Amino acid sequence: MSSDRISRRSFLARGAALGGATFLGGCDQLSRSPSFREVLSKAEWLTKNVQRLVLTERSLAREYSEADLSTHFKANGSTSVADPIYQAMAKNGFSDFALSIDGLVERPTSLKLEELRRLPSRTQITRHDCVEGWSAIGKWTGAQLGPLLQSVGLKPEARYLVFHCADKLGAFSKYYESIDLIDAFHPQTILAYDMNGAPLSVPHGAPIRLRVERQLGYKHAKYVQRIEAVSSFAMIEGGRGGFWEDRGYEWYAGI
Amino acid sequence: MAVTAAPPQRELVYRHALMVRITHWVNALCLLVLLMSGLQIFNAHPTLYFGSTSEPARAVLSMDVVQQDDGSYKGITSIGSHAFDTTGLLGLSKGYDGKLEGRGFPQWLTLPSYRDLATGRRWHFFFAWLLVINGLAYLLYSFLSGHVRRDLAPTRGEIGHIGTSFWDHARLRFPKGDEAKRYNVLQKLAYLAVIFGLLPLVFLTGLTMSPGMDAAFPFLLDMFGGRQSARTIHFLCAFALTLFFLVHIAMVFLSGAFNNIRSMITGRYAIEPTEGTHVQ
Repeated sequence: MSSDRISRRSFLARGAALGGATFLGGCDQLSRSPSFREVLSKAEWLTKNVQRLVLTERSLAREYSEADLSTHFKANGSTSVADPIYQAMAKNGFSDFALSIDGLVERPTSLKLEELRRLPSRTQITRHDCVEGWSAIGKWTGAQLGPLLQSVGLKPEARYLVFHCADKLGAFSKYYESIDLIDAFHPQTILAYDMNGAPLSVPHGAPIRLRVERQLGYKHAKYVQRIEAVSSFAMIEGGRGGFWEDRGYEWYAGI
Repeated sequence: MAVTAAPPQRELVYRHALMVRITHWVNALCLLVLLMSGLQIFNAHPTLYFGSTSEPARAVLSMDVVQQDDGSYKGITSIGSHAFDTTGLLGLSKGYDGKLEGRGFPQWLTLPSYRDLATGRRWHFFFAWLLVINGLAYLLYSFLSGHVRRDLAPTRGEIGHIGTSFWDHARLRFPKGDEAKRYNVLQKLAYLAVIFGLLPLVFLTGLTMSPGMDAAFPFLLDMFGGRQSARTIHFLCAFALTLFFLVHIAMVFLSGAFNNIRSMITGRYAIEPTEGTHVQ
């Protein structure tokens, strides 16, 4: 009787261990299956549409006070740029830098840093939420993207803005990001050139970093060199609209 | 009057409605996937804080790899100012290839098992939506059908005898006969706490971590004392739900695994007669 019970118990334990291992192995296999990943990705569509339903253009990300500024703001992703042209510009305080805006625009434009600084600007103290889970509060000043886009004139077929960056991550491909026109024309979406009252440092994306405050940190492209208006990003790099998106992360990073 | 000791009758009663059974199993699957994918997400930054931001001074829990004086590494879990050596389980554990690697929770607790934040998020958000839809279906059914009022709400009498029920549980004496046809008072309170306490809390703190939701509903940040506080409370809720799950499974086994599991699959639950009452 007692040996029966022991064998039954060890049978149950072995069964549970086997079941657990099968479950774990199965989940890993599903994680790697492209068709199953497609199914899981449907949640992003739902999240984006439900968030867009409850977010108005006036819904602002929380703005904090100077007292809330983080003592240490981690510089994540690339913290420098290997490109010698970029390094030469950095030595001159980016006085030779020019941001180009092209693609599906009426008047393709090139703007020097001092010209950008003269455009309508906005200063905001906001919380930066990294996809890894940490948050830091910083003060950002930059040109509002909306008025700038109005002055260059978007063509009717333009649906997204692609931000081409100077940095390479993992030594392979250049960083890039994209947002749609809803976020592009949001008042808190700025091309930041100052952080915490000083010109943006190289680790934080000098000379220009995008701030798109209602989304996670990887959308806030650093080292922005060129803004391209497009009707679709399917033909750019991996086709998913950004460096991290091409590596499995959500294009809509409001969550 | 003829007194006959009738043979005790086992009675099969219909205990769980179809809707309760379906939502129970969908819920179980969702919570398992959410827990394991949540630990994958946690591992991307295995430190918890109180407040809006990740100020190291306001860390309340952390799982780190710490190099020792002799050059070796240890997994150290810090809670407040207390540090524990958790090598092999938390902070530092065996990875896929059998070598020790720095990670918050070990690979057999995360989904996927290997380090992949992007995929962990995909799992987490898909099953979070499923949990919400399943939960709404359950609530709608439960209120309309009277399940909450009839089966879950404790009566005044039951609340009065809560001490007795507690001692019966502690001695592993489970109700029999008519008493077993209903949830007992501790069961009712545990289910109510999970359904109307922990699950709404884990949902709201999850929303608070979303920068999009914070812009739409700024009061979320005030409700929980900042985004990092919400992340910590979300983690504590997951921990509490895991504790509930362990007690729940223990109770299932202690009070008759086969009978309980059958009742949650087919709806039929066998009632054991109470001794000595079948005297006519």
